[in-house]
Amino acid sequence: MSRKALSAAFPVTLPVLFGFVPLGIAFGLLMNAAGYHVLWSILMSLLVYAGSAQFMGVELLSAIAPLPQVAVMTLIINFRHLVYGLSMLEKYRDMGWRKPYLIFALPDETYAILSSGQIPQGIASKDYYLAVSLLNQIYWVAGSALGGLLGAALPINTHGADFAMTALFLVIALGQWEERKNRPSALLGLGAALLSLLLFGPDRFLIPALALMILALLAFRSRLEREGAAV
Amino acid sequence: MNLYPLAFIAVMAAVTILTRALPFLLFDRGKEPPETVLYLGRVLPPAVMAMLVAYCLRELEFSAVGSWAPQVIAVGAVAALHKWKHNTLLSIFGGTLLYMVLVQAVFV
Repeated sequence: MSRKALSAAFPVTLPVLFGFVPLGIAFGLLMNAAGYHVLWSILMSLLVYAGSAQFMGVELLSAIAPLPQVAVMTLIINFRHLVYGLSMLEKYRDMGWRKPYLIFALPDETYAILSSGQIPQGIASKDYYLAVSLLNQIYWVAGSALGGLLGAALPINTHGADFAMTALFLVIALGQWEERKNRPSALLGLGAALLSLLLFGPDRFLIPALALMILALLAFRSRLEREGAAV
Repeated sequence: MNLYPLAFIAVMAAVTILTRALPFLLFDRGKEPPETVLYLGRVLPPAVMAMLVAYCLRELEFSAVGSWAPQVIAVGAVAALHKWKHNTLLSIFGGTLLYMVLVQAVFV
């Protein structure tokens, strides 16, 4: 990868820089409040590199959740990556040694840039993809490190800061809701969650809710597709 | 040494990589993914996100005002901020700061 590829990719990644650094700081702060040293935040951001899942991870980590539960929760939150991968199959065909990293480093924001954007003139696509992916992960890791350090240095009362995860999911959900075609499936997901919450209580509702949701999505498939839900 | 955090990160990393790599492992040779997989891929993201919001708010209780009002007010604030400015970071940080003030100073 050349300097040229990096400098062509940098302006495109600026919105991600302004998003990932504050969110990374929030993640690092929460990890610190949960009693985890900044090195743990950095390690997680290096190896997991999935924002929503990492926020959920802080909560699971401080609850010392059983590992199978951790696996299921991560799978649920990151299930959408399967979709991203499907639509990047063609673009990532001839990436050579870069390919494993490109596949690993594909969170929502990187996907958004690479799936829609044009490749700048005079840069090989593989170098451009690598530069964008790498820069974005650097922002995320740097933010996490900064948050961990800030949290350790400043005596902030972080009680209530875990609401950041609720707010993050809510903002994503609201964004999806604005597209009319997403509404039937969002309502099915919410309905499955509420029904399961009533039946099983707050500690054990998630897995039944997920099963119920998938069954409902399959059962109403023809209806959802007819209403343009899946266009 | 407590190995739990290491095992925890390893599990999260492995599952995340699996979700990112599976399409390439299964369909990279030009095979078409089954219709059902494509359909679920289209409809699952909004359903999952709605479910995760419910997950975050699962501990709401209507017995004491302090155990529902901060969440409800902050959720309303996030939604209003989002409707107004459409700025993800503003909505997240505005709502979180408000929530922190509510639980630390108002509904103690």
